[in-house]
Amino acid sequence: MTITFKLYAGLSEYLPEGATRNSTQIKLQPGDTVNQVIDRCQVPRDLAHLVMLNGIYLATDQRDQSQLKTGDTLAIWPPVAGG
Amino acid sequence: MSWTGNILRVDLAAGTCTSEPTNMEWAHDYMGQRGLATKYLVEETDPKVDPLSPDNKMIFATGPLTGTIAPTSGRWSVVCKGPLTGAIACSNSGGFFGAELKNAGWDMVIFEGRSASPVYLDITNDQAELKDASDLWGKSVWDTETALRDRRGDPDVRVASIGLAGENGALYAAIVNDMDRAAGRSGVGAVMGSKQLKAVVVRGTLGVTVNDPMALMKTSNAAKELLAEHAVTGTGLPTHGTQVLMNVINEVGALPTRNGHDVQFDGAHDISAEAMAEVRESDGQANLVSNHACFGCPISCARRSKIDPTHFTVKDKPQYQIVSGGLEYEAAWALGAANGVKDLDALTYANFVCNEQGLDPISLGSTIGAAMDLYGSGAISQEDTGGVALEFGNTEAFVAMVEATARGEGFGKELGQGSRRLCEKYGHPEFSMTVKSQEFPAYDPRGIQGMGLTYATSNRGACHLRSYTVASEVLGIPEKTDPLVTEGKAGLVKAFQDATAAVDSSGTCVFTTFALSGEEIAPMVDAACEGDWSVERFVEVGERIWNMERQYNIAAGFTAADDTLPERLLKDAAKTGPAEGSVNRLDEMLPEYYELRGWDASGVPSAETLGRLGL
Repeated sequence: MTITFKLYAGLSEYLPEGATRNSTQIKLQPGDTVNQVIDRCQVPRDLAHLVMLNGIYLATDQRDQSQLKTGDTLAIWPPVAGG
Repeated sequence: MSWTGNILRVDLAAGTCTSEPTNMEWAHDYMGQRGLATKYLVEETDPKVDPLSPDNKMIFATGPLTGTIAPTSGRWSVVCKGPLTGAIACSNSGGFFGAELKNAGWDMVIFEGRSASPVYLDITNDQAELKDASDLWGKSVWDTETALRDRRGDPDVRVASIGLAGENGALYAAIVNDMDRAAGRSGVGAVMGSKQLKAVVVRGTLGVTVNDPMALMKTSNAAKELLAEHAVTGTGLPTHGTQVLMNVINEVGALPTRNGHDVQFDGAHDISAEAMAEVRESDGQANLVSNHACFGCPISCARRSKIDPTHFTVKDKPQYQIVSGGLEYEAAWALGAANGVKDLDALTYANFVCNEQGLDPISLGSTIGAAMDLYGSGAISQEDTGGVALEFGNTEAFVAMVEATARGEGFGKELGQGSRRLCEKYGHPEFSMTVKSQEFPAYDPRGIQGMGLTYATSNRGACHLRSYTVASEVLGIPEKTDPLVTEGKAGLVKAFQDATAAVDSSGTCVFTTFALSGEEIAPMVDAACEGDWSVERFVEVGERIWNMERQYNIAAGFTAADDTLPERLLKDAAKTGPAEGSVNRLDEMLPEYYELRGWDASGVPSAETLGRLGL
């Protein structure tokens, strides 16, 4: 199965090769969780602050249980703010 | 101390400048800057005054921490009755002007009346004089600031001025200092223009005396350490600026797009912080050149940008082929997503023009978006726009409207009156994305419920800087709340409003609050100022200020009916994203908010609340 994976701001350097505009498609195994993707892409967990699955925030304690499905969009930011 | 104890009163009609002591009783109750200046306005003017008449006053105000060693102590504010809204206006700026004014020995400058001819105020410490500005009238902010600096022969003078927009009475004209820092919102530049006051130039070398220097050193250093160590203020903001929010807010489905028709923009990435850092193919350079700091600021969030010299907006205009103030998130959203325009350099050019001629990019962008909506609906045509096909996403048309508004020419004159007046004139008031006639900023309340209550109850008209619940609802600061629920948002909004009013009255920047709370800010005020400034007193001052502003607006004629949102946000559901199918549910939050505030069901502060706050 395939999901859209996005890393922004200071996490851009962890994007897999071939990513464009902070986004790439990655193939996963059924049952893969959000934290497994984070670890596989070597994104430091302590920098994965804003983790959004299809635009909805996932708290730290949800990321081990959240299983991805094909067509999902997983987007991650380090701590950021503005205004 | 930390207040200078001196107020400069400038009678523009008489041409006089006089010094008077600061009312210290009021300073203890309202702190400074936003709070103290509003107290003076309330006491000295009729809330029903015509904002552009000589009877409206305009106050340049510093806070007790302005110009001290406290971090981010470069803040100052302009307070008056706002011409865009008819409500209280308080517009906050950074840069170096405010600290210079404080170092010249002034807590505030109160401008009253109207000059018979264009003038500027020239301040050197305790010497202040009105001088002829006939030769400056008609010049841009950039040319005015350069001319005054040259005239003084002192590169260290600081200047705050208006450009053509303020002279021409654009109702969202800004006052710009240090070339690209602005008291941007609510049209304070139009009030300055109505008084025929072109600029204020100041040099201050007196220093700022604080009550307990060692305690201020200690508390300021502790605050600076926290700001440096915090991931947002120490790394995120200096590296990426506020523009990092573009992709975040688009992802959560709360990016108002094409005048609020959509909540996600397919061009968001093209106008984001990430795009600003990308190297262009055309000239091998990135839009973003560097970051930049205001006086005493360890965060350094401001952007410095350069437009591709071959871009159509600047290729024949060398004056714009410079490094200057770049896009912040709100400006990039308003000039971009609100109009469906995704040309980063075109937006940067528009931002340069806003700085050059003194315009609020939020209201400008949103008003052009409303005009595009009118054009798309057939309510206006090329006969109205001067032959411009004002369609969503038309970059050339957008740029033409920015230039016309800045110069006050043709259809730009109408755009300069803001979207509420524009949309009413052409029979579609529902197209105006405003609250109390001020355009709302870059967060769609259908996707972030608390921001609906924030906009609806903001005393200066729709604004994110009165209660930035985005910090909690999206960014998880200080703790994460769900942006799609209304429960708990009334209390959240009240807490943010009171705390922000206090910070805005202290002389420091609200961006410190990503890392600091009253626990760190109040001790700095306590060290700098006479009297005991506990956290509780600090927040109570904020609540007092909020209620004073509310009372002013009620006296000006506002009622609970004005605490609402554009119909589009209340009736037209979001089409995509996590909020798909949702509208803003203001009715679930507003009654609880009134109750928490100690206001009656009509939104009027009760006698008990006013008494508790000493109002």
